[in-house]
Order: sequence, then C-alpha cells, then structure tokens
Amino acid sequence: MSAITWVLLTPLVTALACLFSLRSSGAQRFFAVGGMVVLLGAAWALMQEVAGGTVAVLRFGNWPAPFGIVMVADVLAAIMVLVSAIIGLAVVVYSLVDIDPGRQRHGYYAFLHFMMFGVCGAFLTGDIFNMFVWFEVMLISSFVLMSLGGERAQMEGAVKYVTLNLLSSSLFLAACGILYGQTGTLNMADLAVKARTFMSPELLTMTAMLFLAAFGLKAAIFPLFFWLPASYHTPPVAVSAVFAGLLTKVGVYALFRIFTLIFTHDVGFTHGLLLVLAGFTMATGVLGAMVQFDFRRLLSFHIVSQIGYMVLGLALFTPLAIAGAVFYVFHHIVVKANLFLVSGLANRFAGSFDLKKLGGFYAKAPLVALLFFIPAMSLGGVPPFSGFFAKLALVQAGLSGESRFGPWAPVFVAVALGVSLFTLFSMSKIWAEVFQKTAVGTDPRPAQVPWKDRVLLLGPVAALALLTLSIGFFPQYFFGFAERAAAQMLQPEIYIRAVLGPGV
Amino acid sequence: MELLLALTIGTLYGASLYLLVQREVVRVVLGIALLSQAVNLLIFVAGGLREGAVPFIAEGAKVLAGGSTDPLPQALILTAIVISFGVLAFTLAMVHRAEQSTGTDDVDALKGTDRT
Repeated sequence: MSAITWVLLTPLVTALACLFSLRSSGAQRFFAVGGMVVLLGAAWALMQEVAGGTVAVLRFGNWPAPFGIVMVADVLAAIMVLVSAIIGLAVVVYSLVDIDPGRQRHGYYAFLHFMMFGVCGAFLTGDIFNMFVWFEVMLISSFVLMSLGGERAQMEGAVKYVTLNLLSSSLFLAACGILYGQTGTLNMADLAVKARTFMSPELLTMTAMLFLAAFGLKAAIFPLFFWLPASYHTPPVAVSAVFAGLLTKVGVYALFRIFTLIFTHDVGFTHGLLLVLAGFTMATGVLGAMVQFDFRRLLSFHIVSQIGYMVLGLALFTPLAIAGAVFYVFHHIVVKANLFLVSGLANRFAGSFDLKKLGGFYAKAPLVALLFFIPAMSLGGVPPFSGFFAKLALVQAGLSGESRFGPWAPVFVAVALGVSLFTLFSMSKIWAEVFQKTAVGTDPRPAQVPWKDRVLLLGPVAALALLTLSIGFFPQYFFGFAERAAAQMLQPEIYIRAVLGPGV
Repeated sequence: MELLLALTIGTLYGASLYLLVQREVVRVVLGIALLSQAVNLLIFVAGGLREGAVPFIAEGAKVLAGGSTDPLPQALILTAIVISFGVLAFTLAMVHRAEQSTGTDDVDALKGTDRT
C-alpha cells in the first residue's frame, strides 16, 4: 500500500480521536502529538517511495485515471508533505504550553489536524476540483483556528482573513468550471494533455489568469497580499506559526503545479507576468516591514516578501531556478515558522510583542537570542545558513541568461538582492530592539515560566533551528531533492504518464 | 437560454461585488453568499446546456449516447453548494461573534490591530 494512504488517513483519524476526547485534556494531547509523529513517519515513508524518481499514484475506488479521482505524489509533493509534517510536529509540541485549556476544550487540536488533513490533501491531489475541496477543508479549519477564543483582535483579523479567502475560493471554483466546460476533464494530467488541443490559447491564458488571481490571493502575492499582515499576528502564536509556515505555501505549491503542468502554452506572457509580480511582491513586502514595530506584524510582511522569491524562481522557469524555488519553499517554511515561535517566546518571557517595549533578551535569555539569530540570519541570506543557498540558486539562475527573459532577469535578481539587504536590516532591527537594548517595559524573566514548560517551548524552536543549520551545512543533500523535483516539474510527461498510463 | 443565464450570472456577480465593497459586515457576507451562487450558475452554463437529453445509458449499450446532458457539472455544483452552505453558516456565526467582541459592524472600524 502506498504511503499516500497513511499520509491522508493519519490526520483525519487523529482529528476524530481528538474530537471524541474533548473532555479529556491528557487524551487529546496524547492523540495530537502521537498523530503528528505518525504523520511524520508516513511522510518520510512517502519521501522514500518517490525519491528514486517513481511517481506514486493512488486511484480512489480503483477507477482508471481521468474518470476517478487520483492522488499523485511526485518529489515536489512529497517534499511539501514532509516539511508540513515537520512543522506540524514542532507546532503541536509548542501548543502543549501555548494553547490555553479553553481553546483546547473547544477543539483546537482537532482542527489543527483537520487543517493538516486539508494541507496534505491539497499537496497530493491530482484533480483540480478535488484540490478545491481540499482547499476548503484546509480553509474552514484555519478559519476556526483563527477565530477560536474570540478575542477582539482575533475577530478583527478573522473577518478580513475569512472574507478574502472566500473570495479567492470563488475565483478558483469559477476557473475550474470554465476549464471543465472547455476540456471535459478535471484530472490535472489529462488537462495538461487536453487543454492545448481543446482550448484556444487566448481562452487558456484567460483561465490561467483566473487561477493566478485565486492562488495569488492565497499565496499573498502582490497586489493581493493585504489580508495577510492584517490577520496573521492576531491568533495565538502556535496558530500564527503554522499559518505562516504552511498556508501561503499551499498557494505557492498550487501555482508551481499549474504553471509547470497545465499553463505552459505561452510562457513569455504568463511567466513574464509572474516575474513582474514576483519583483513587486519582494519589494512591497520588505518595505512594508520596515515601518513595523510589532514582532509578528513585521514577520508577516516578510512572509509576503519571501513569497516573491519563490514566485521569482517559478517565473524564470529554468531547471536551476525551479530547483532554487523548491529549495526556497522548504527552507522558508522551517525558518518562518521558527521565527514566529521565537516571537512567542519573547511574549511569554516578557509579556509583549511590541519591539519598543521588549529588550534585554541577550543579557537575560541568551539561549532565546541564539535561537532567534539562526533563523533570522538564514532569512536574511547570510552564509552559511540555509537562506544563502536558496538565494544563491535563484541569483545564479537569473544571471545565467538561460531564462527566456534575457536582459530582464538580472533586473529582478538585483531587486532580489536589494530586498535581501532590507531583510537583513529588519532582522537587525529586531535584534537591536529585542535583544540588545535594555527593556523599556518589563525585563524578560524566563524563570517565571516553569522549567517543564520552558522545555516544551524551547524544544521545537531548537529542533527547527537545528534543521535550518543542517540545511545550511549540507545544502547539497537537500538541494538534490529540489533538483529532482525540478527535473520532474519541467518534464510534465513523467507526471502525465504516471497518472494516465504509458499509452499517452 | 445561455444568453439569459449569462445575464443572470453577470447581474449576480455585479450585485455580489457591490455588496462586498460595502462597509456593513453583514452585507459583505451576503455578497459572498451571492458570489457562490453566481459561480454555481457559471459552472452550470460552462458545462453546456441541452434540453431533454437525460444522461442514462440505454439498456444493452456500454456508453452514453451522444448529445446527452453532462451530469458532472451538476455534481460539481452540488459539492460546491454543500461547501458554501457550511462556510456561510460559519461566516455568519463568526460575524456575529466579531460584532459582539468589537462592538461594531463597520468593516472600516476594524483597525484595532493595524496600528504600527
């Protein structure tokens, strides 16, 4: 049996187990953590299954491909599932302390696992309408996580988050409908074959733009990102961290999938547009971050800016650029979730997210300072941390002249490098405000948190920092996976044959 | 028929977008509800309209006779209706809670967390 089954069943069964044990805090925590461990194991098994280059396909009800729904795992999907499981485990351990009993009683862990269910399904599905359904599973659970607790700030964030995500879902659904009306299929591999024969290039481009708007809203690319910094800093830290790490990246993954598999008929226009959007996304995100003094709001703007790099890699559309983008995605998921968790540590030890009030962490809590330093430098792209290699690949791809955008590619590389500098500026701003200056409000008091809680809070942060370090010290190993993913993405025949059979 | 439905869809889209940019939060939610109806009709029309051709496979035949209505768009719409119904119920509850905890239903007033 393919590991795909386990990846999908584990979060579903765990979520149900959590729902049935709402009254028992201990049982819920046990199921929640245990479920994530099993999910991580299943994701690892899936990675082993596809790492050699075979594309795993699971046909529901054993219906042959274009008629039934298929789940497909290529290297890209397996990477995304694996890194999601890693973040899920880190966040669920952090939640043991961070999430209060009230939220727990109202099903926090159940909805966290339902969300993982939706996220994994969205990564694995090979059917475009089915992807819409997975997106909805993920969204409705994320809506609950966002508004659970009902604090004023949370509800303000939730209204914006829910409205704009529903708008994006409507666009997605409309695009699916048009695609089906024109081609008579919803299977993505089948679409890749049929879209070009059944649809005129103009209509295909128009549909591509509808998908771009839908996924662009979810991925928070320019000019559709405004909901993200208005909502990601409002829920509890564990929720922010998992949202920051995973949710926008599901949108990025969907863009990767459709713009390498289905919409490659007019790369000059579609990917050219992506290139321009990537440039603006990088620049506006980082400029927005400069004026922020709320820890999590500042980091939220950086999510937007980092999404730009991933889209840049997709837009350049060369093997190195795509590999760089894939590498960027998993480096970013780890680093960004970790930075949000660190902001939670700051809040827990000193009682504020306000950079102006915080201070003195370097003297009073040097371990937190170290755990911030690693992901922050990685985000800024300083060698030897993981972000450096991600950016290096993109820069090399842009300067190599292999992309079809000729002299324009280096312009966007220049933007990327400039943005990188500003990112470093933002990180050093946090460093100066939170870690070096003496506290304006209260001093950080790590000792006020019981040591058991401190282990559960610092453990996941340290584990993710260690992962960042190992990506940085063994980039070749991790980049190998990204290259394999890119090779498969640029040869859609592999995916198509795996799904539809060798005859196509 | 297509023209009539196309005009209906256009009107629904227009009305829902108008509602979405209103300041009152309940109107925004109604906008979302209308939008999902517009999309459902869009799928219906995009899937092709045919009158009176029931998609049953005749006795003894292995495949559907040509010219039948495609049943799949209706299955898609049914799925979408169920999802949008659930989401709408959640959204209404959320808006109610938001109004309780913020004391306003004006979208422009929900700026408490936006100050730098």
